[in-house]
Amino acid sequence: MSEKITFILDGNTIEGEPGQTILKAADAAGRYIPRLCSHKDLVPHGSCRVCTVLVNGRPQAACTQPAAEGIVVESGSPKVQKLRTSIIEMLFVEGNHFCMFCEKSGNCELQALAYRFGITAPRYPYQFPYRDVDASHPDIFLDRNRCVLCGRCVRASRDVDGKNVFQFVGRGRDKRIAVDARAGLSETNAAVTDKAIEVCPVGAILRKRVGYAVPVGKRQYDHEAIGTEIEKAAPAR
Amino acid sequence: MNATMDENLKTTISNICREYGNDRTRLMDVALSVQERYGCVSDDAMDVIASALRTHRVEVASLVSFYSFIKDKPNGRIVIRLCNSIIDRMQGMGHVAEVFQRELGIRMGGHTADGKIGLEWTSCIGMPDQAPAALVDDVVCTRLSTDTAKQIVEDLRQHMDPKRLVKKLGDGNNAHDLVQAMVENNIRLGGPAILAPMKAGEALTNALGMSPAEVIRNVKNARLRGRGGAGFPAGMKWEFTRAGASGRRFIVCNADEGEPGTFKDRVILTEYPDNVFEGMTIGGYAIGAAEGILYLRGEYSYLRAFLESVLAARRSRGLLGKSVCGKTGFDFDIRIQMGAGAYICGEETALLSSCEGERGDPKTRPPFPAQKGYLACPTAVNNVETYCCAARILERGAAWFAGLGSERSAGTKLLSISGDLRRPGVYEVPLGIKLQDVLKLAGAEDAIAVQIGGAAGQMVGPADFSRLICFDDLATGGSIMVFGPGRDLLEAVDAFMEFFVHESCGYCTPCRAGNVLLRQGLQKIRHGKGEPLDLVYLKELGETIKIASRCGLGQTAANPVLTSLEKFRSVYEGRVTPAPDGLQPEFDLAVAVAEASKIAGRKSVHLTE
Repeated sequence: MSEKITFILDGNTIEGEPGQTILKAADAAGRYIPRLCSHKDLVPHGSCRVCTVLVNGRPQAACTQPAAEGIVVESGSPKVQKLRTSIIEMLFVEGNHFCMFCEKSGNCELQALAYRFGITAPRYPYQFPYRDVDASHPDIFLDRNRCVLCGRCVRASRDVDGKNVFQFVGRGRDKRIAVDARAGLSETNAAVTDKAIEVCPVGAILRKRVGYAVPVGKRQYDHEAIGTEIEKAAPAR
Repeated sequence: MNATMDENLKTTISNICREYGNDRTRLMDVALSVQERYGCVSDDAMDVIASALRTHRVEVASLVSFYSFIKDKPNGRIVIRLCNSIIDRMQGMGHVAEVFQRELGIRMGGHTADGKIGLEWTSCIGMPDQAPAALVDDVVCTRLSTDTAKQIVEDLRQHMDPKRLVKKLGDGNNAHDLVQAMVENNIRLGGPAILAPMKAGEALTNALGMSPAEVIRNVKNARLRGRGGAGFPAGMKWEFTRAGASGRRFIVCNADEGEPGTFKDRVILTEYPDNVFEGMTIGGYAIGAAEGILYLRGEYSYLRAFLESVLAARRSRGLLGKSVCGKTGFDFDIRIQMGAGAYICGEETALLSSCEGERGDPKTRPPFPAQKGYLACPTAVNNVETYCCAARILERGAAWFAGLGSERSAGTKLLSISGDLRRPGVYEVPLGIKLQDVLKLAGAEDAIAVQIGGAAGQMVGPADFSRLICFDDLATGGSIMVFGPGRDLLEAVDAFMEFFVHESCGYCTPCRAGNVLLRQGLQKIRHGKGEPLDLVYLKELGETIKIASRCGLGQTAANPVLTSLEKFRSVYEGRVTPAPDGLQPEFDLAVAVAEASKIAGRKSVHLTE
């Protein structure tokens, strides 16, 4: 057993392992810090910034920032929650997200975050970008309209599947997911069983022919807010 | 493409890859060489590169799509890139662009039907002191007018040789055989530390007579702070890097001078490159590195051959290479890494990504470059000017340098001053100088606003002109842009926001999406559709971007809006009116239905004139 470190998260003392990120340490203590690009099985990316916290007053991404002895972390304050709300709203308006038509609805982490934050409609103007859809693969559907550029598929395909099927191209607002082929996904060695397909938090990468296998109303976030699973698993406080 | 041509392409590109040791980390150089040879990195080329470097084609596509100067489709055998910096626009770039478009018969972004000439906008090319300016391939054309624009098109049509567009050479080394540029240095005020010659090897010999720790102590005692803008103590950075893991270590010089309005590194590299390389070599000795990299922005590729010759001369004099200056055990050499049109690569970790043959995405910190930088080895990244100062410190002594400037901001600083003033150019001034004294020197007494620190800096008005230029007050990497009477400041702010939207790498949400929204909010006001609540909206959104962004680009991108809102509130207030019915107009109906109207062939009945 290595030495423990302790730090303060919203007034609570948290114990963590040296080298652990703030987010991992908080998870283990049953304290949920909202996140989107972060995934438990993948290396952290620090891109969505939903997990932004103030560490001794300085903004940091909890998913990449190491926990350190004695730091004071502010996560649940109105100031930080407002920041996160803005970021989630930005993600909604920069893509084309139509929850009511989306097969991912109820299982979607972006939608679930919006519910948790009480967002009914974003304050920012919709951008309605033109984005390509790739339905070439027999089993996988790639709809960039719903992509939030979290890079989970990129990391999973590279680090878990060992395939590098996905990668980002372009920069700034033209940044988008590309596949390792001249044309479409069907030319790659992507398989429906790949980790890259499983980890998409939104409806950008979907399995074909399983639509509505689980009816609306019985989906993951239909009754419980996102993050509840972490809060419930809390050790006795 | 027929089979023989295909084979030719394959052979040529395979050879290019072999030249770089089929090393995946040299993908940037490979892509640039292919771009230079073929005018683009085509789909076919990507496949050949991917297979030679044993990587995936999407990795190649990822890099190619990131940099403005690398294309996946050709845009003309010769590409004319017009600088769209606000200073160039203030000095007539709009008319110049019209002439180029008319004479070429194309729109911006397009190329002539014969595929010979392409025309594009590009971000600040580092010539605002001789604006409006353009790059024709890598040839710089300065002080453009509608007449010269017409002439350039005529000449190119005739000979298709950008080099022949240079009819009069600039001063100093701009006229050097290996430069041959029409660029002028515009050195208006020299100084003791940076814009002064140095006997090559003298500072280095002094350094090599000390222990590395003593060299670092000297730099610390001189209180040298980084000249790129952030002002981190250089000695401390070197100390951290020296304390990093043993094995390979690197010294990197950031010559990706992309901050709009900055051009001082251009002048240093043209006139005093030896001082830069001397500083890098001293840094290499101090941190225990054997390798140095000068990351040169693509816009300055006209200086590359000259800089290579300076490096070659230093090698032949024993100032680089094995046992530098006869010091057994200290081997050090420098290579030049070209950039390719990406402002973000001026961010030190993005610069390292680029050197490693990746997209110019900033890296996650920690670890910091001093711990894990280039190729995950301890790396010190400093600005061009910082290395010059380091060399001078080892030449003249720490106390001498610390005696220049002010208490907390030691030394002199190069300022690049452009805009509405009589003497645009480079000035070496002691840190701690009053802004108004600088404006007087440069002939800008009637300025109504000054943008300090480039697009990422702040906009200040006459009430702040008595403030000091130093790290603790008005900090700047060197850019000072002056706006005179009658200028529309919101046009300038909008130009800065356009710049950030174009240059954001897109990695994190607030910078990628937020800056687009911020610019739209600003444009709403510029178009006369704003109402008072929009000012609150801009401030909140700007602060969100500032706090939540991942790197320095995003953390400073909202500054033009936030600082102008604070200092020039009345300018904004004069442009907004309360909505008559209390409703906020979210969008322009006429614009929103324009496409539909076109398809329907009639106007919406809901549109009023």
